[in-house]
Amino acid sequence: MEGRDLAGEKFRKFPHTNAANPCLLRCFYQCVCGKVKAHPLQLCRRYSTAGDSGSTAGKIVAASLLTVGGGLGGTILYAKWDPKFRANVEKSVPYSDQLFEMALGPPPPPLVTLQKKPGKIEPLQISSLSEASKESKQPKAKAKKSDPAPVEAPAAVEEAPAPTPQTLKEASAEAAHIISAIGEVPSVPAPGTSDESPPGHTAADEECKDHHEPVLKERPAEEVTARLAQQDKAEQDALAALTAGLEESLGSTAKTTLQAIGAQEAALTAIAAHTNKLKEAMDSQTPPDEKSSQWKALNEALSERTRAMEEAEEALLKAKGELENLSGVINSSKQSKINTARPQILAAEENLHSMIVDLDKVVTKVQTAQTEAKIVSQYSELVNEAKAQFQQELANITPEIQANWKRLSGKLSADDLNSLIAHAHRRIDQLNRELAEQRVREQIHIEVALEQQKLEDQKALERAVVSALEHSREDMRLEQEKKAQEVREVMEAEMRTQLRRQAAAHTDHLRDVLKVQEQELREEAQEILNSKMMEQETHYRRLTQEQLDTFTLDMNAAYARLKGIEEAIDSHVIAEEEARKAHQLWLSVEALNYTLKSAGADFPTEPLEGAVGVIKENCAGNEFAQALATAIPEESLSRGIYSEASLRARFFDIRRLARRVALIDETRNSLYQYFLSYLQSVLLFEREQVAPPAKLAPEDLDTFKLLAYANYSIERGDLELAAKFVNQLRGESQRVAQDWLKEARLTLETKQVISLLSAYANAVGLGTTQAP
Amino acid sequence: MSEKEFGQKWDRCLADCAVKFGTGLGLGIVFSVVFFKRRTWPIVFGTGLGLGMAYSNCQNDLRSRYVLHSKVAKEQ
Repeated sequence: MEGRDLAGEKFRKFPHTNAANPCLLRCFYQCVCGKVKAHPLQLCRRYSTAGDSGSTAGKIVAASLLTVGGGLGGTILYAKWDPKFRANVEKSVPYSDQLFEMALGPPPPPLVTLQKKPGKIEPLQISSLSEASKESKQPKAKAKKSDPAPVEAPAAVEEAPAPTPQTLKEASAEAAHIISAIGEVPSVPAPGTSDESPPGHTAADEECKDHHEPVLKERPAEEVTARLAQQDKAEQDALAALTAGLEESLGSTAKTTLQAIGAQEAALTAIAAHTNKLKEAMDSQTPPDEKSSQWKALNEALSERTRAMEEAEEALLKAKGELENLSGVINSSKQSKINTARPQILAAEENLHSMIVDLDKVVTKVQTAQTEAKIVSQYSELVNEAKAQFQQELANITPEIQANWKRLSGKLSADDLNSLIAHAHRRIDQLNRELAEQRVREQIHIEVALEQQKLEDQKALERAVVSALEHSREDMRLEQEKKAQEVREVMEAEMRTQLRRQAAAHTDHLRDVLKVQEQELREEAQEILNSKMMEQETHYRRLTQEQLDTFTLDMNAAYARLKGIEEAIDSHVIAEEEARKAHQLWLSVEALNYTLKSAGADFPTEPLEGAVGVIKENCAGNEFAQALATAIPEESLSRGIYSEASLRARFFDIRRLARRVALIDETRNSLYQYFLSYLQSVLLFEREQVAPPAKLAPEDLDTFKLLAYANYSIERGDLELAAKFVNQLRGESQRVAQDWLKEARLTLETKQVISLLSAYANAVGLGTTQAP
Repeated sequence: MSEKEFGQKWDRCLADCAVKFGTGLGLGIVFSVVFFKRRTWPIVFGTGLGLGMAYSNCQNDLRSRYVLHSKVAKEQ
């Protein structure tokens, strides 16, 4: 059976159906029973399909859920990985940004492209380079400092007497610079040298200053002469001071030396006197009372001698001091290097030398005298010693008389005398023996004495030789100095002549160069003057031109303004004229409009001729108005036009009539057709007024419709549209409406022209009549 | 006015119809009385003639606009 087959089919298709489904069971029973009908099976089928569809729906739902979830998860994961994608999704899907924020957290900040590190490296490098260059400059400067010293001399030699304003030190500095630069590393950048050379310059300059003595600078002539005069004066002053000093010291030295010499000589005489006196006293040939006077005189002489010696010593010391002063002064004067003082210095030196020599001589004399005196004193001492010894012996022998040795002769006893004589004899023997011994030893003594004397002599000789040598040396030196002085003078003179020659040459050269320079400078100055003059001229010309231009401009402006004002006035006049004309035109148009109103219900207006004639008169010069005025149709001019109201009223008749003859045209125009069309018009029910469509379709060209449209239009006051529709009528309707159409056309035309005219008049009036 | 023309034509038509009808009737009557022994057929005929003529006139009058006139151009 059909049902069974279907059931079987069902089982085959859906083996996994839910057995608990009751309707399926019922269906199965029914199917098995075979009493099944198509309808319940259908129901069953529907149920079963519903059940199956439930599971399939579940499957579908599950699958869709899975897909959606997978899509969401994938989107979120990918958004986590790719922020751009996340941004895109957030932009396109409305609430995805909240979802993303929930799932992933806030979006990462936008990446800023790492800008290149600013090019600080390059300036750093450059600065370091400059620093390195500076450093390299320092040792160069230092080397330059050390160089100037040895380079001075060649630099001084190298410098020719050129008339450049360079100083000697600058030239030497330059030479030092060049030499040091040749020796230095060549990697030093060029602009640095010019910057560094002035400091190096000054350093070298300072060094040069240190090494040089008073610098020979070249200065302008007056300054030079002034300087020279100053120098001369200074020299003179110094010289005068020097000579004065020298003379003073010389004088004082001479005085003291003379004093010393005198003192020495006095000492000498005193010594000599003393020695003589001593000798005399030693001789003891004089009577005893003279002896005391002798001894007194001797003492006096001795004291005198000592005094003289002391005086001499003092004087000698003073003289020596003075001599030293003088020598010091002479040395200082020698150091002052004033050449003119040289002879004086020489003379002073000679004087000094002579004084020293004299002093020495006198001193030697005094010394010899002193040695003699010493010998004599020794002798006298010996004698005194002998005497004392004798006295002592005598005193030993005769002790009681020793005090009275002076008054001996009367008071002595014979024993005393005998003992005395015996002692005397003994003493004489002894003395003889001693004498013999002495004679024997004389030779030896003499030899020894000679030796001694020789030694002393040698010493003295040496001293004398030394002093003589010194003196001779001094003499030689003085001679040499004198000779040197003479040679110097000669040389000075020669040098002066040479210098004079050189100066002459220099002045010649200077003159030439100055001439050339003068020429050059003059030319330069002339050029500059010319250029300046040109500049000034052009400037002046430009200024005058500018003035002229501005003046012309002002004049032109004023003229233009004047012209403008005149034109404005004229145009104002014209405008007023126009305004008047416009007024007139407007008034005439208004009159025309007014005449239109004179139309009655069934009769037309007055003929518009008059008003139009007035218009034509009024706007004689206005082409537009003239054209318009002529465009008014003749009929309206002569006969007047109907008003719209009358036309409207007439239209109803037209309409009625047109409806009645709607069927009549060229082909159908029998009476029967007339009757039919009348019947049609009576039996046709339609709306009287139908709003016309925007576009006319061919089916709208039906008479009745057209009339309905026209009726609608005319009821709304649109005569033109109504005329247009009426114009579409054909056949008899057209002929019937012909007159009406003509009238309508006329009215419309005239109205149009009049409206144009009034609009024109209004426009003209608006245009011309502006508030004064 | 063109609309009045139609009315005028119709007026004429009707007037003509009336005239012709009356004339026909009269002539028919006359003819029927005079010549045709008071039979009705000449009256009817006459009336009919009259009406017909009126109809035709009316029609022609109303048609007059649509009729083309031609002239034979004289040979020169």
